[in-house]
Amino acid sequence: MGFIHTLGNWFDQRLGARATLEPMIAHPVPRMTASWWYVFGSATLALFALQIVTGLCLALVYVPTADQAYQTLEYLNYQAPFGWFLRATHFWGSNGMVLVMTLHLLQVFLWGAYKYPRELTWIVGVFLFLCTLGMAFSGQVLRWDQDAYWGLGISASIAGRAPLIGRQLVEFLLGGPIIAGRTLSRFFALHVFVIPGVLIGLVGLHLWLVLRLGINEWPLPGRLVDRATYRQRYEAEVQRDGVPFFPMAARKDMVGMAVVVTGVLACAVLFGPNGPNGVPDPTLIDTEPRPDFYFLALFALFALLPPWTETAILLVGPVVAIGLLVALPFLSGTGEKSWRRRPVAVISVLLIVLTVGTLASLGMTSPWSPVMDAWSGLPVPEAYVHGRTPLELQGAVVLQSKQCRNCHSLGGAGGRRGPALDGVGTRLTQDQLIRQVLQGGGNMPAYGKNLTPAEVTALVAFMQTLRPGQAPPAR
Amino acid sequence: MTQDATDREAGLPAAPTRRTFLFKIGLVLDGIVAGLVGIPVIGYLLGPVRRSAAQAWIPLGPIDRFPEGETRFATYENPFRVTWDGPTAKIACWVRRIEGEQFQVFAINCTHLGCPVRWFAPSRLFMCPCHGGAYYEDGSRASGPPPRGLFEYDFQVREGQLWVQGGQVPTLAQPV
Repeated sequence: MGFIHTLGNWFDQRLGARATLEPMIAHPVPRMTASWWYVFGSATLALFALQIVTGLCLALVYVPTADQAYQTLEYLNYQAPFGWFLRATHFWGSNGMVLVMTLHLLQVFLWGAYKYPRELTWIVGVFLFLCTLGMAFSGQVLRWDQDAYWGLGISASIAGRAPLIGRQLVEFLLGGPIIAGRTLSRFFALHVFVIPGVLIGLVGLHLWLVLRLGINEWPLPGRLVDRATYRQRYEAEVQRDGVPFFPMAARKDMVGMAVVVTGVLACAVLFGPNGPNGVPDPTLIDTEPRPDFYFLALFALFALLPPWTETAILLVGPVVAIGLLVALPFLSGTGEKSWRRRPVAVISVLLIVLTVGTLASLGMTSPWSPVMDAWSGLPVPEAYVHGRTPLELQGAVVLQSKQCRNCHSLGGAGGRRGPALDGVGTRLTQDQLIRQVLQGGGNMPAYGKNLTPAEVTALVAFMQTLRPGQAPPAR
Repeated sequence: MTQDATDREAGLPAAPTRRTFLFKIGLVLDGIVAGLVGIPVIGYLLGPVRRSAAQAWIPLGPIDRFPEGETRFATYENPFRVTWDGPTAKIACWVRRIEGEQFQVFAINCTHLGCPVRWFAPSRLFMCPCHGGAYYEDGSRASGPPPRGLFEYDFQVREGQLWVQGGQVPTLAQPV
């Protein structure tokens, strides 16, 4: 022990670490902030550390070239000892980091922590959030599978909508005229050097600001933030009733960090690594590209926005959203902090969470996409062909062979792009059915050039029989 | 007391001395060095941005491979590839032979957000797996979010071979 003590002193005489760190570790924080609600920031930091460790390990094997990246991922999955586990941890860690960071963002928003004097802490946090999303996207590209390839295709298409410099922007983004080797190298550099460097710098700045300005006190309804008095009052409260950060608050942080890391490790063991999902060969087109969960809401939004608004929203939306986040502490930098007296803040959070959640769940099922193999894989339910005339049976064959089922369901099976056809005979008359089939409309293609008159007659005859429970036909 | 300090007390600007001159020289030299490093770095980063779109004539094979009245899948190697592109150098397209030497060659990419559209011969439609865009067999928009019909390559028939002009990922800014 004596030796260790001597060694410690030797270093400390040179580093002066004790004098610098001890006040930081033991600095007093408001008593109420030693709360479970305050653990999300440190939990995000723990997951970031986990990402650095696992990412460094993966970089020892991963080869960022378009012709070999996929094989190195397979090698990691099946041959490198613990390779699958590190890939899985890195993947679930990224999901966890986005999730926990979002909780942190919502918590500091609802607790009014962005108000005076912590505006800069909030703004740095906004950029940390954006960098983390940048890591999530570029990491998804490094998986270099079909989802990565077509995800880049979506990014290029968005960039190509920019006025005047669309093509130049696409080439700059992709590092060349197509999605290929130079694209992967670009995103590798972003994911491994550029964004992590910025992240580490911003994390340092964020922590420095938290230490310098003090952790946000527990907001009490009616205690307003006033630029003239706030800092004095905060100091007085901390002096009067503060507790040392370590161990009074830090112990909850420590438990929180352990819980989130354990959660990620558990997911890694239970669910394993994600992909790689299919060789990134763009001539293999039997693929249904889907983004990782953090971009599912955006993916859904792209399908549901009215087409004429799309370019404007795709290009202007992110700028407005980021602008609002950055401007927030200047729009409401003082006044009430407690969410109990900030109904607009609470409603905004609820609306945003509900919207993003709904969009993400829609993104998972993507009801707007045709079910590509419904026409050949899902037979017409038996009840719907029972007791039908030969003409009507022929219509059922037309319905199937003309691939109507890719977009229309029968008996709950098939596409959901268009309405289910189970009760169509009660909704549309014979004339309306003919018109709809021939001319399309309301998001349905016109089949006029593609069906013979006999086929149309049979198809419509069959659809007229689709009336559940002998309901009367449409008139 | 030095001359500098007296000047400062009197509120006068500091007289140029060798020290302030050296400081200014330092600033100028560092600015020049930053430019010497920065200009090539920016030029390098913008390197992939071409003056005009990447375009070359690409063979898709003998026209007999494409029966009249049908739409067939075709692939080619991108002419602007680098050796380490691997499978991503391959590009797919849809070739519709109307009759004789009349063709339409469509990019595989949906005009909405670039996903690969698939041809469904029985319903004579192209359908996109991402956001549900659909196109008629002549490439015009049938339904869904696409803002326009499929991107179409310029083509030529030379000595029984079908050639198309392309070379970059098609977007609304630069259709093929």
